[in-house]
Amino acid sequence: MVDGALVFEQFFNGIQLGLLLFLLAAGLTLVFGIMDMMNLAHGSLYMLGAYVAAQVTLWSGSFLLGVSVALPAILILGICLEAGLLRPLYARGHLDQVLATFGMILFFNEFVRLVWGPEGIEVPLPSFLKGNVVLFDIPLPNYRLVVIGVGLLVALLLYLLVTKTRTGMLIRAGASNREMIQVLGVDINRVFTLVFGIGAALAALAGALAGPILAVTIGMGENILIQVLVVIVIGGIGSIRGAFVGAMLIGIIDILGRSFLDTFFKIFLPVNAAETAGPAVASMLIYIIMALVLFFKPQGLFPAKTG
Amino acid sequence: MESRAQKLILLGFFGGLFCVPLLAEWTSTPFYLDLARRMMILAIGALSLNLIMGYGGLISFGHAAYIGIGAYTVGICAEHGLTNGFIQWPLAILISGAFAIVFGAISLRTRGVYFIMITLALAQMMYFLGVSLDRYGGDDGLPLSERSNFQDLIDISNNITLYYLVFLALVLCLLFCHRLIHSRFGMVLQGARSNEKRMQGLGFPTLRYQLTAFVIAGMMAGFAGALLANHTDFINPDLMHWTRSGDLIIMVLLGGMGSLAGPVIGALVFLLLEEVLSGITEYWQLIFGPFLILVVLFARGGLLGFFSKRGNQGE
Repeated sequence: MVDGALVFEQFFNGIQLGLLLFLLAAGLTLVFGIMDMMNLAHGSLYMLGAYVAAQVTLWSGSFLLGVSVALPAILILGICLEAGLLRPLYARGHLDQVLATFGMILFFNEFVRLVWGPEGIEVPLPSFLKGNVVLFDIPLPNYRLVVIGVGLLVALLLYLLVTKTRTGMLIRAGASNREMIQVLGVDINRVFTLVFGIGAALAALAGALAGPILAVTIGMGENILIQVLVVIVIGGIGSIRGAFVGAMLIGIIDILGRSFLDTFFKIFLPVNAAETAGPAVASMLIYIIMALVLFFKPQGLFPAKTG
Repeated sequence: MESRAQKLILLGFFGGLFCVPLLAEWTSTPFYLDLARRMMILAIGALSLNLIMGYGGLISFGHAAYIGIGAYTVGICAEHGLTNGFIQWPLAILISGAFAIVFGAISLRTRGVYFIMITLALAQMMYFLGVSLDRYGGDDGLPLSERSNFQDLIDISNNITLYYLVFLALVLCLLFCHRLIHSRFGMVLQGARSNEKRMQGLGFPTLRYQLTAFVIAGMMAGFAGALLANHTDFINPDLMHWTRSGDLIIMVLLGGMGSLAGPVIGALVFLLLEEVLSGITEYWQLIFGPFLILVVLFARGGLLGFFSKRGNQGE
C-alpha cells in the first residue's frame, strides 16, 4: 500500500528537484530563445559552480562563503565565454553551435578531472541547516526547504525582472522577435551578454545548492542538462513561465514515478513484471511526457516566438 | 557531386584498409586490425547520420541510439540462444527501423533547436532504458555468448573474416548511399534541406521524405550496431550514451558534411586522433575539446573542404 505521508514527502522532493531544474532552465531557455543558440555547455557551468562552491566550503568550513564565491566566479566565466567563444557562433548554423559547445563540455569535464580527480567531492550539509521541520507528522529536511525557498525567491525576482522592468521588456522582445528589436535600435548583444551572465550565475547557484544533496561528480552537468532540455522543450523555448511550469512538472513526475510506479504497476501486473517494468518506465517517464506534449503542442506549452 | 580528388582519396583509403589485416598479421599487431575494424563500423554509423544531417539538414543528436538498438537486438537474441545471423541481423535492422519511425514521427514535428533537443532526449531515454534492463546486464552490459552464426556461408568468429565482412558492408553501404542521394528521392531530400517551403509549394510532401530518410538512416545505424556487437563481443548502455551521438556528429563534420566520402574519412580521423592524443596524455580531451572548437571556427567544410570547394553551411 502507498501511504499518504510518503506520497507527500516525495511530492515535496519533487518540488525541490523542480526548482533546481528551474534555476538551470530559466537562463538556458532565454539563450535558446533570444539568440536561437544551441548551448550545451550550460551543464558545465552548473558543474563548475558545484565544484567551486564545494572546494571553498571545504577550505573555509562555510557553505555560505562557498556559494558566494561560486556565483561571481561563474558569472565572470560565463560572460567571458559568451564574449570570447559564443558570440562568433550566433551567425552560424545550429550544428556549429552544437559542436563548439560539445567541445567545451569535453574540455571542462577533463579540466575538472585533472584538478579534482575522478572521484567527486562530498559536501557536508551546513550545520545550521541540519534537522527537520515537522509538518503534519511528516519530517521535512531544513536544507531542502531552503532550496525550495531560494528557488521560489529566484523565480519571483526573475518574474519581476522580466515583466516589470525595461530590461525585461527588451528580453521578452528579443525572445519573440530578435530582428525586429534590432531594427528598432536596441543593442541586442548587450542584452544578451546580461542574460547569459544571469543564466551562468543561476546555473552556479543550482550547482552549489545541489552539492550537499546530490553528488558533486564529473558527469553531473550533462545528466541534469538533458532533463533541463526536456523542461525547456515542454515549456516552450524562450519562455520563463514555461520553464517554471515545465520544471515543476518534470521534477514532480520524475520523483513520483521513481517512487511509486512499481507499486502502481502491481495493481494490474504480476509482482515480478511490475518490479522490472516499474524502474524501466520510471526512468523513461519524463521523455514520454515530453513526446506527448510535443505531439499536441509542437512549440511547447508557452511558446514565446512569434515570427 | 564528388570531386575527382575525393574519389581518389576514397580509393586510396579503401586500398589501405584492404591491406590492414596483412600488415597487422605481418607486424603481429592485432591491435590495428581491431582499430581499423571499429573505424569502418563507426564509418557506417556516420554515413547513415550524414544521410539525414548532411543531405536532409536534420541535425539528429541521438543517432547512437539506433546503433545501440541494433547491438542490443543481437545481444538479447544471443542471450536467449538465438545466434543465427540470418535472423539476428535483419531483426536488428527492422527493430531499429521501427524505433526510428516512432522517434522520427515525434521529432519531425519540430525543426531547428527543438529537433536537436528532442532527438537527444529520446536517445537518452533509450540509454536509461538500457541501464534499467537488469535482465541484460543493466549498467554493466552483457557479454555476447557467441558471435552471429551464418551456418556454412561464413564464419565470423575468425577476426580477419569479420574484418573483411565489415569492409564489404562499408563498401555496400557507401554504394547504397551514393545511389540513394542521386536518386529522385535524394534530390527531394536535398531540395527540402535548401528550401522546405519551396519544395512543399512544388507539391512534394517533404515530411514523408524526411521521415523515410530518418528511418533508412536508423536502419543503417542499426546494422552498424549489429556489426559493433560482434566486433566487441559485448553490449552495454554506453553505446547509446549521448556523447556517442556527439562523436558521430563530430565524425561527419570532421570529414565534411554532405559528401559521401566525408563521414568515412571523418571516422578514420576521429579514431586516429583519439588514439594519438590519448597516447600523449591521459587527459586527451583537454586537447580534443579546444581542437573541436577550432575546427568549427576555422575549418568549415571539414577536412574534405580543403580538397573540394563544397562549403558546409551549418544548417
